[in-house]
Amino acid sequence: MSLTLFNVILAVVIAISFVGLNAAYLVWAERKGAGLFQRRPGPMENGLWGLLQPPIDGVKLMTKQLLIPGGVDKAVFITAPVLAMFPALVSFVTIPFSDNIIAHPIDVGVLLIFAFAALGSMSLLVAGWSSRNKYSMISSIRAVSQAVAYEIPLMITTITVVMISGSLNLTDIAARQLDGIWAWHIWPFQDDVGFNLLMPISFLVLFVCSVAETNRAPFDLGEAESELVAGFHTEYSSMGFGLFFMGEYANIVIGASLTTVLFLGGWSCPFGDLGFFPLTHNVGWFLLKIYLIIFVFIWIRWTFPRTTIYGLLNLSWKYLIPISLFNLLLTAALLKVF
Amino acid sequence: MSQPIELQQDETFVLNVGPQHPATHGVLRVKMTMDGEYIYNAETVLGYIHRMHEKMAENRTYAQYMPNMGRLDYLSAMAFNHGYALVVERACTIEVPERAEYVRVITVELNRISSHLVWLGAYVLDLGGFTPLMYCFDDREQILDLLESVTGSRLTYCYFRFGGLYNDIDDAFISGTRSFITRMRKELKMYQKLVTGNIILMKRLQGHGLVDRDMCQRYGATGPVARGSGINYDVRRNEPYSIYDRFDFDVPVFHEGDSYARYLVRMEEIEQSLRIIEQALDQLPDGPVNPEKKPKVIKPPAGDYYAAVETARGNFGIRLVSDGTKNAYRLKLRSPTYSNMHLFDEACRGMLIADALAFMGSLDLVIPEIDR
Repeated sequence: MSLTLFNVILAVVIAISFVGLNAAYLVWAERKGAGLFQRRPGPMENGLWGLLQPPIDGVKLMTKQLLIPGGVDKAVFITAPVLAMFPALVSFVTIPFSDNIIAHPIDVGVLLIFAFAALGSMSLLVAGWSSRNKYSMISSIRAVSQAVAYEIPLMITTITVVMISGSLNLTDIAARQLDGIWAWHIWPFQDDVGFNLLMPISFLVLFVCSVAETNRAPFDLGEAESELVAGFHTEYSSMGFGLFFMGEYANIVIGASLTTVLFLGGWSCPFGDLGFFPLTHNVGWFLLKIYLIIFVFIWIRWTFPRTTIYGLLNLSWKYLIPISLFNLLLTAALLKVF
Repeated sequence: MSQPIELQQDETFVLNVGPQHPATHGVLRVKMTMDGEYIYNAETVLGYIHRMHEKMAENRTYAQYMPNMGRLDYLSAMAFNHGYALVVERACTIEVPERAEYVRVITVELNRISSHLVWLGAYVLDLGGFTPLMYCFDDREQILDLLESVTGSRLTYCYFRFGGLYNDIDDAFISGTRSFITRMRKELKMYQKLVTGNIILMKRLQGHGLVDRDMCQRYGATGPVARGSGINYDVRRNEPYSIYDRFDFDVPVFHEGDSYARYLVRMEEIEQSLRIIEQALDQLPDGPVNPEKKPKVIKPPAGDYYAAVETARGNFGIRLVSDGTKNAYRLKLRSPTYSNMHLFDEACRGMLIADALAFMGSLDLVIPEIDR
């Protein structure tokens, strides 16, 4: 076997196991986090602090029967969960965990992530459409209008950052922010741009959008269980459901990674590079930042009730899009001035 | 937003919500005719857990029928006990000892709080917030433990006897109830911060699920639903039974008629129930909890008797027709949510499904009591 092929296989195995482990243990973290907010311990029975719960759940999901309801479009029905998982996996290719830990540096990494995110919402449409269930149908229509509404401010905000850094390459974007915490894009003091006071607000816009984009509470309208039973995955059992579930958590990791790279300096140490191990720029900081963001995701989910679809669309079209557009114009003007 | 839109009947589809659906909390089935996400009309279908409670009364002795009262409204069983005990006591003219009256009030009010707590948790769960449910059940657990210690059961109480009670309360119950009152006041403040003032919750409830005064009167709605629409009526104050006229408490009334008003009514009622319990504990006399002489066999003289109580959900009326034998000739139950639920069809037209289910939750439906 040639060395290149071996490297490729190794990279694929690492990427998939990273996604899989993350998905599995984020479910565990979610349940423990929920317990933390709800005066209860969360999973405790299997292994120390319930740490064996995810593999056991995985085995359970895999050994269950994949029930395909009568009258569904079988091919499409089976494709949908794969379509949910696949883009999430591919998006990991471009995420720079550190300056040298990246599966494949691509010059248009940002573009690739957005392209595959759009494909991800496609899977919800396909799942809902093919399930032959009215709840799933309503859910998939909701999911698509939600995706359209939230990808726009997400992209506009990202374009703002891209304009500042002058690159679509995620490694380059992160590498601009290495001079300690004040060089991160979340703060309004950037070289070339002067004082763009809207940057922290843009960060919030991006954060809200990534919550909405990953279908997380309070924007989990696609699977609003008290209204639409389970939404687009009502009819899915076994690993069909499991893939949707894993895809959701993989998307959370991607959303958190994107937020970290665009606004929080990627793998940079907030104190600047001090030269000795824990305080150099390294992958540890990156993981710390994404897990902090994921903790906030969990925190929000277990605190707020769900919005409605019109509340969500109003938020996007009336507030987030105008704010992000305004910041885009402001940044462009500042770039011209400085 | 959810202002009424022009709905075309020829472009609708039927969405079958229930009998197994997370938002119907039981086996209610609603056949919704929908235009997109808007509701054209909604037909409630009952009968999935009909158990012939009224007919059972005709085949059981009066004492044997008491456990049925715990199985109607399983969240507010104590008030149903009270209603049935009242009507039979009225029929047989049995005197209830002072202490028993006080203990009845204390347990009924504790049960009312636990019912409202379940409603609060389940309602916020309907709106997509899971955490308050856990907090509410934690608080409710304290009440269930207290009531279990005196009644022997945690949910379907059969605690009242004609003329008295099954069991007297002890000092542990009294001190436990006092510490529960302190705890609950603290928790209520937390709910204010966590739930009541939440911007998403307010946006979803204020101005949605409107029920006006006239509609309440036409459908015979009572309890928090009517009080949220400006009808100042509470059986405990307007037609005082037992010893409710001795306590100083407010009947919260809001005039908005939206889901938020009903929400606030129930939150305020928890506080008022705490006040009643506090006063009852202070005034609690010593003495027996069962009358000294009581007929061995309950045989009400032939006639027509009625009693009404305020349960957690509204006016529960019970009409007893006796022919002088040891079985009732006819027993008619007038349960509050039966009337409250029938508002739903008229009020939900033109609503979005999400708002309609939030509205349904605010009516606080307990299906076994509707479908008895």
